[in-house]
Amino acid sequence: MFDLLTLQQYWWFLISLLGALFVFMTFVQGGQTLLYTLAKTEDERNVLVNSLGRKWELTFTMLVMFGGALFAAMPLFYAVSFGGAYYVWMGILFCFIIQAVAYEYRKKPDNFYGERFYETLLYINGSLGIFLIGVAVATLFSGGNFIVNENNLSHWTMQSYGLEALLNPFNVAFGLMLVFLSRFQGALYFLNNVDVPTVTARIKKVVIVNFGMFLILFLYVLATILFMDGLRYDPDTLVVSVESMKFLHSFMDMPALAGLLLVGVLTLLYGVVIAVTKKAQKAIWFSGLGVILTVLVLFLILGLDASVFYPSLADIQSSLTIQNSSGSHYTLEVMSIVSVLVPVVLLYIIFVWRSMDKSQITIDEVKSDPHHY
Amino acid sequence: MEHTDVLVDWSRAQFALTALYHWLFVPLTLGLTFIVAIMETLYVKTGDEKWKQTTKYWMGLLAINFAIGLATGIIMEFEFGTNWSNYSWIVGDIFGAPLAIEGLMAFFMESTFFAVMFFGWDKVSKKMHLTSTWLVAIGSNLSALWILVANGWMQHPVGMKFNPDTARNEMLNFWEVFFNPNAVSKFLHTISSGYVLASLFVIGISAWYLLKKRDTQFARRSIIVASSFGLITSLFLLTTGDESAHQVALNQPMKLAAMEGLYDGEKRAGIVAFGVLDTAKEIGDDLNPFLFSFEIPGALSFLGYHDLNAFVPGIDNLMQGSEKYGIMSIPQKMQKGKTAVAALGAYKKFKKEGNLVEAEKALKTFEANQAYMGYGYLKKPQDAVPDVALSFYSFHTMVGLGTWFLVLFMVTLYYAMTNEMHNKKWLLYLAVATIPLGYIAQEAGWIVAEAGRQPWAIQDLLPVGMAASNIASTSVMITFWLFAVLFTALLIAEVKIMLKQIKIGPEGH
Repeated sequence: MFDLLTLQQYWWFLISLLGALFVFMTFVQGGQTLLYTLAKTEDERNVLVNSLGRKWELTFTMLVMFGGALFAAMPLFYAVSFGGAYYVWMGILFCFIIQAVAYEYRKKPDNFYGERFYETLLYINGSLGIFLIGVAVATLFSGGNFIVNENNLSHWTMQSYGLEALLNPFNVAFGLMLVFLSRFQGALYFLNNVDVPTVTARIKKVVIVNFGMFLILFLYVLATILFMDGLRYDPDTLVVSVESMKFLHSFMDMPALAGLLLVGVLTLLYGVVIAVTKKAQKAIWFSGLGVILTVLVLFLILGLDASVFYPSLADIQSSLTIQNSSGSHYTLEVMSIVSVLVPVVLLYIIFVWRSMDKSQITIDEVKSDPHHY
Repeated sequence: MEHTDVLVDWSRAQFALTALYHWLFVPLTLGLTFIVAIMETLYVKTGDEKWKQTTKYWMGLLAINFAIGLATGIIMEFEFGTNWSNYSWIVGDIFGAPLAIEGLMAFFMESTFFAVMFFGWDKVSKKMHLTSTWLVAIGSNLSALWILVANGWMQHPVGMKFNPDTARNEMLNFWEVFFNPNAVSKFLHTISSGYVLASLFVIGISAWYLLKKRDTQFARRSIIVASSFGLITSLFLLTTGDESAHQVALNQPMKLAAMEGLYDGEKRAGIVAFGVLDTAKEIGDDLNPFLFSFEIPGALSFLGYHDLNAFVPGIDNLMQGSEKYGIMSIPQKMQKGKTAVAALGAYKKFKKEGNLVEAEKALKTFEANQAYMGYGYLKKPQDAVPDVALSFYSFHTMVGLGTWFLVLFMVTLYYAMTNEMHNKKWLLYLAVATIPLGYIAQEAGWIVAEAGRQPWAIQDLLPVGMAASNIASTSVMITFWLFAVLFTALLIAEVKIMLKQIKIGPEGH
């Protein structure tokens, strides 16, 4: 049907899309870190928790799907990174295990540890969890310490198993950038979803502060990416070599991606502006679309134009590309057929979202629902 | 890349810990989602508010259970990468697909409609709500389907070919993987076990209300629904269990021998209905494996091969081989495996040097011995035998308890229908006491399935020792204990919350 490279690129696009949708959905995590900033009373806080509580599973599923797609389409990455940067991935897992129970157990009588405990779990998930994911994603640009042998079995060369990534300022900035992104996105989500005037009044300041921090970090990260030494591989021999300003070149080779990035950033900016100036309920849709486009481009640039999407700092030829780490032609083909389900899933998610969020959540609604979180 | 035993043991321990915890929650979700869907259907059909209250009550308990099931589930998927990274590469081309399909087809369905099921009572129409509840049930069971397709493939790998250039197995036929008889029987057996557990859960809790003489109407309704559901699904469980055993006999004879403690194979082999193993027994000696046992003659031959006179090989036969029955000995298999591993290395070397003639020769040798490749990584023949005591006792616990559940459903259905249940105190106590037994049977089932196939991660192809990640064992040890503490802490909270909700009862909802 399609040649192998086309399928590899198609799957890299799907992985990028899932990554982008996940980053958008992290408004849930950002919102979790704002429970005590935006809400001052217990009633206000309950509304925020319940508003997020109807979306968290979707974010969670998006993360699992992102992992699943990587496993099926780029199994070598799954093996190399997860089995090597062990502590980082384990840290992420711990941060997500504690989230799932926190919503359900927070308000239940006899929950053993008390309400504040579960709120702390939500905070850890929203801050540390997102930070670590950011660090892990940043290593796609900055690299990891792994070696892949002739049988494609891999090992990590540092005994710190991934924690060494925390010493790289770019990785740390990337992680913090995601944290601030998720926080102002969380605030915009509340603006859209919650009808509590006292909470709404506090949103503007939170958006300005967190967006400001995000912007500084984003400019630093983007500039670093554009001007860093990147790796390019020869599509025929698969030999990898260093190229200065590789990603800048890729943007020049693929102006459409550069354009998309610009559209993404401007859309995001527009969302933030109308939130701050007009308290626009729909702001999240603009900023959200902007986030999706921006993240999509950042992922795509890693996989296309003969780029290396996971550089090895230990042995440059061990670096991973969509061509040397993907599933077989047959499996990618089968999975591509299965991927027709992607739009179906997106459609029913949108349908359910719309029918559940027709009206904003109020304090009274949460109080009258015995099942509330 | 050889791993130390310590690393492999910790990696296995961590995976087993995660799986056993995960499995404390999943079966209830599998069954209870259907039970609440049935109850809500009754509500929509009859318009009786009591059914709505009954539905909502069981849904509340479902949610408490669902959350922690989800939390423990995410780790399992990622642990294939973190702890079994060689595995992820060597079979990821086949194994990754069902996992990704599971996410796309099942997880999104569950998580999207779960929110409607819980918070949508006043937000969407009655019909859409009912549809959502059914979709959650279907979604969670679809998820079981795909994960069991993946697991079934590990027990009986089909539909793939080893690619010497990439050094991994690659998928050749998706439908063969999907319709793998082992996967089909495993899926059906597992989901029906979930339905049975959920039925026991509902009956047990309802029985407790009857003992306390409260919420009696609610309890009786619940018992009728759950007993009917449990009875039908128990029969199904029995049939699928039989098919599962048949599949084990065909594809994993060593596992079957360990499950029955059978060392010296025979025709008309019997099933040990009850027995205590002699711990002094070793492979190949003349000692009776049992201190005492009670056997049903011919039953194992019949169960395994659907033929009373079939020969069932024992551990000794499989170890030493038998010309008469066409069984190759383990040492022979190891020899062939070592040849395959060496030939693969030679093929790679010659290919790199550009010596295509020698490379072709090496490839031929490899292909001739490839079926036994996994045995080439074993250190000694005894490594090919799983833990007999663990397999035997888990299997017999599972079967014994399963039989008891069937009897219980018949009795509770009868007395609930004749409206005498509340007078039968002994039965009510038994029903309450059976809840934990349901969980024990569940865990025992998975211990048979997974510990029984050791040393294989992929039957005959990849031993666990070769499958693990190349990391320091201390790292795995650290995360093992972190998981152990965290899961236990969450389990305590879960049980406390659950008990409190049961005490509050349906009236409080």
